[in-house]
Amino acid sequence: MSVLVVRGLHKSFGGVEAVGDVSFAVAPGEMLALIGPNGAGKSTCFNMVGGQLPPDSGSVRLDGREITGLSPRAISGHGVGRTFQITATFGSMTVRENVQMALLAHHREIWRFWRPAAARHVAAAEALLAQVGLEAQAGRAAGVLAYGDLKRLELAIALGNAPRLLLMDEPTAGMAPAERVALMQLTRRIASGRGVAVLFTEHDMDVVFDVSDRILVLNRGRLIAEGDGAAIRANPAVREIYLGTGATSGGH
Amino acid sequence: MDFIIPQLLTGLAGASSLFLVAVGLTIIFGVTRIVNFSHGSLMMLGAYIGWSILTRLPRDPEWFVLGIAATVLCTAAIGVVLEVVVLRRVYRAPELFQLLATFGVVLILQDVTLWIWGPVELPLPRPRWLRGFVTILDSRFPVYDLVLIAVGPAVLGILWLVMNRTRWGTLVRAATLDREMVAALGVDQRLLFTSVFALGAGLAGLGGALSLPNASANLQIDLSVITDAFVVVVVGGLGSLAGAFVASLLIGILQAFGIVLVPQSTLVLVFLVMAVVLVFRPNGLMGRPQAEAREATLAAPVVRPAPRVLRILGAVALLLAVAAPFLAGDYYLTVLTDGAVALLFATSLHFMMGPGGMASFGHAAWFGIGAYAAGLMSQWLGAPMPLALLAAPLAAGIVAALFGWFVARLSGVYLSMLTLAFAQIVWAVSFQWVEVTGGDNGLLGLWPPGWARDPAVYYWITLALSVGVAMLLRRMLYSPYGYALRAARDSAVRAQSIGLDVQRLRIVALVVAGAAAGLSGALFSYAKGGVFPTYISIPHSVEALLMVLLGGLQTVAGPIVGALVYTGLADILVRSTDLWRLVLGAVIVLLVVAFPEGVAGAARRLWLRGREA
Ligand SMILES: Nc1ncnc2c1ncn2[C@@H]1O[C@H](COP(=O)(O)OP(=O)(O)OP(=O)(O)O)[C@@H](O)[C@H]1O
Ligand SMILES: [Mg+2]
Repeated sequence: MSVLVVRGLHKSFGGVEAVGDVSFAVAPGEMLALIGPNGAGKSTCFNMVGGQLPPDSGSVRLDGREITGLSPRAISGHGVGRTFQITATFGSMTVRENVQMALLAHHREIWRFWRPAAARHVAAAEALLAQVGLEAQAGRAAGVLAYGDLKRLELAIALGNAPRLLLMDEPTAGMAPAERVALMQLTRRIASGRGVAVLFTEHDMDVVFDVSDRILVLNRGRLIAEGDGAAIRANPAVREIYLGTGATSGGH
Repeated sequence: MDFIIPQLLTGLAGASSLFLVAVGLTIIFGVTRIVNFSHGSLMMLGAYIGWSILTRLPRDPEWFVLGIAATVLCTAAIGVVLEVVVLRRVYRAPELFQLLATFGVVLILQDVTLWIWGPVELPLPRPRWLRGFVTILDSRFPVYDLVLIAVGPAVLGILWLVMNRTRWGTLVRAATLDREMVAALGVDQRLLFTSVFALGAGLAGLGGALSLPNASANLQIDLSVITDAFVVVVVGGLGSLAGAFVASLLIGILQAFGIVLVPQSTLVLVFLVMAVVLVFRPNGLMGRPQAEAREATLAAPVVRPAPRVLRILGAVALLLAVAAPFLAGDYYLTVLTDGAVALLFATSLHFMMGPGGMASFGHAAWFGIGAYAAGLMSQWLGAPMPLALLAAPLAAGIVAALFGWFVARLSGVYLSMLTLAFAQIVWAVSFQWVEVTGGDNGLLGLWPPGWARDPAVYYWITLALSVGVAMLLRRMLYSPYGYALRAARDSAVRAQSIGLDVQRLRIVALVVAGAAAGLSGALFSYAKGGVFPTYISIPHSVEALLMVLLGGLQTVAGPIVGALVYTGLADILVRSTDLWRLVLGAVIVLLVVAFPEGVAGAARRLWLRGREA
C-alpha cells in the first residue's frame, strides 16, 4: 500500500494556476523524484502535502488517512518530515541542539519547564548527525554552517521525527556534485532501510537518474510524464522542455 | 436618537485629524519600515508652532490659511532635520532599536517644547469667521468642523494624485512594495527617505495646527495622538493610504459615538474593534502581508550559559546586594528596592521578547494589573500582603492568557502596536474607573505589615522574590519549553514542521512574562505605599524596553545588567537636572546609534572575540 496518495491537487495564486490536477502516489521505501523547470510548481506541491499551503481542491492521504489542509504541525504528527528549498533551521542553537529540538518534539517533551534540555537525547542526536556526516560540527552554531551542511542538518532534523514520509525540496542545492550523489544515496539507504517513502525535487539530472525509483515531470503546474529513468529520458515532451533550456544535467 | 447626526459629524471631523497624522505615519513606515514613535510629537510641535504663528497674524481667513501653510513648512523642515540627524543612522538597526530611537526623540522634543513654550496649555481663540454655525437637520453644527471634515478627503485626493501621477509618487509606491527593487533601480534612496519624512512631518504639523481652534496646544498631545494613530494604522494596514483613511473614519466615528453611548470605556471599544479586525485580517483592512522582516536566524548568536567568570561576578553582586542594608543609607535602600523591582520587570519582558520574539510596547500593563490586583485585594478584601503578592501574578497571568489568545498569531510591528494599545486601555480603565481604582488619586495606604515594614526587611523580601523569580525564568529558558520557544522564534516554519505548537508556546510565554511583571508591580506598590495609573503609562513601558535593550536581547544576564544600569542612571539624572527627559532621550538615541546590540551584547561580543570560531 502507498504511504502517500495525492489526488487532483489544484492551487492558484491570484488567478494564476501554479499547480493543476496533480495526482501521484509514493510507496514505502520508494524514492520518487518530482522534476520540472523553475516555476513548474514543485515547491507548491510540497507545501500542499506538508501543510504549509492549503490546496484549492484535491486530496492528500497519508497511510489512507485524509490529511488535506491540516496544519504543518498536525501533518508532522502523522509522520511527515521535510526539508525546505530555502533552509529553515534554528539559528540561535548549535547543530546538535537543532536535532535535539526535533527529538524533544518527537517524544512530546516540549511542555517541561524544569530539567535542562541540553542533556536530553544527546546520543540519539549525535547518531543522527553522524548519519548525515555532521558529527564533527555538532558543537558549532547552526548559523555559521555552509549551505550544503545546512541541508544535511535539515535532513537530520527531519529524521528526528522518525518519519514515514520525507519531503525534500531541493535537498542538495549548494553542494558539490560528488556530495549530492553521496547525500542522496545516503537518503536512499535510509529510505529502503526504514521503509520511508521519499518525495524529492532535484535539478541535477545525474542525481535524479542515479537514485530515483520513479520520476514525475511537472511543467507549468501539470504532470506531463511519469516513469523510470529510461522512460523519462526517452520521453519527447520531457526532452523538449529540458533540451529547450539546454540543461540535461548539472542543474540550474 | 437626535444625537446621531451631530455625533456623526463630530466623528467625521475627528476622523480627519486622525487621518492627517496616521497617513504620515503609514507613508513613512511604508518606505522606510520605521515605526515613527515621534510622529505624535511632530503633531504637537505643529500645534505649538501654529499657535505661535497664528497668534501673531491678523485674524482673517487668508492669513489663517497662510499661517497654517507656514506651520506645515516648519514641521516638514523639522522632519528633515530629524531624518538626517537621527533616523538615517538607524535604518540598518533592528526594528526595535529604531522604535526606541524614535522614542528617544519623543523625550527630547517633550523637554524642548516645555522649555520653549512652558507648561501651560495654549488655546487659540477661534477667529470670528470660524465661529459660525450651520443648521443641519435641526442641529447646529460648527462651521469649522465642516472645514475639518473636508480636509481629510481633500488631503487623501491630493496624496492619491501625487502617488499616482508623479515620478516621486511612483517611487514611493514602488519602495513601499519592495525596498530592494528601488535600491536596485539606482534611485537616490537618501533623498527619497528624507522627502518622505518631510511629507509625513508636514502632514502631522498640518493636523496639529488644524486641531488648534477646537483644542489647544498642550504637552499631552504627543503620546495620546501616537496611540490613536497606531490604532488607525494597524487597523487600516501598515503602508496603505486608503486603509488609513477608512480606519480613521471607523475609529473617529466609533470614538464620537462611544463617548455618548459608553462614556467610561471608549478606549476599550476602540481596542475591541481593533482586535476584531486583526483577528479576521491580521494585516489590517487593506494591508498586505509583511515580507518576513529580516530573518532572525542570522542575527541571533547561539545562546549558551554564561562563562564562569560572569557567574562568579553575578554571585559576588548578589552577595553585595544582600549585604547592602548594612552598608547603604535609607535613601539608597529605596533606590536598591526600585532596582530589585526593575530587575524582575526587565527580566519578564526579556523572556517574551528575547527568546519569545514578541516585542512588547506595553509591558507596563502587566506591571499595573499586578499592582492593582494587589491593591484591590488589600483594599476591598483586606487581604494580607502575602496573599496580595500571590494574587498579582495570578491576575496578570490570567489577563495575559486572554490577551495572548488573539495576539499570539500576530507578529512584528503589529504585535508591538497591539501591546501598546492594550496598555493604553488598561491605563484608561485604571484612570477612568474612579469608583474602583480611585482614578488619578490611585489606591493609597498599601503598606507592608508590621513584620515587613522595616525598609531593610522589605528590601530583602523584594530582592528574594525578584531574584528568585528571575532565576526561575532563566531556568525555564534552558528547559525543553524554553528551547521550543526559541525555536519558534528562530524559524516558525521549521518549528511547525517538527510539530511545535508555535501559538501555544507564545501564549504561555506571554502568561509567564505577564505574571512575573505582575509580581514586580505588586512589590513596587508595597514599596511606594500605593498604586497609581502612572504605573501603566507609556514611558513606564518604554523604561522596561530600555532596560532590556540596554542589556541586550541575546544574553540572559542582559536584562539584569540593563535594569541596574538604568535604575542607577535614572536616579542620578532625575536628581541632577530638570531636563532629565532631554538627557535621557539623547542618551537613548546615542546608545542606539552606537550599540545596536545593547551594552551587554557588545560586552559579550568583545569578550568572546577570538574565543570562538
Ligand atoms: N506564495 C505565492 N504567491 C504567488 N505566487 C506564487 C507563490 N508561490 C509560488 N508562486 C508561483 O507559483 C508558480 C510555481 O512556483 P513553485 O515555487 O512551486 O515552483 P518550483 O517548481 O518550486 O520552482 P523552482 O524550481 O524555482 O523552485 C510560480 O510561477 C511562482 O511564481
Ligand atoms: Mg521550488
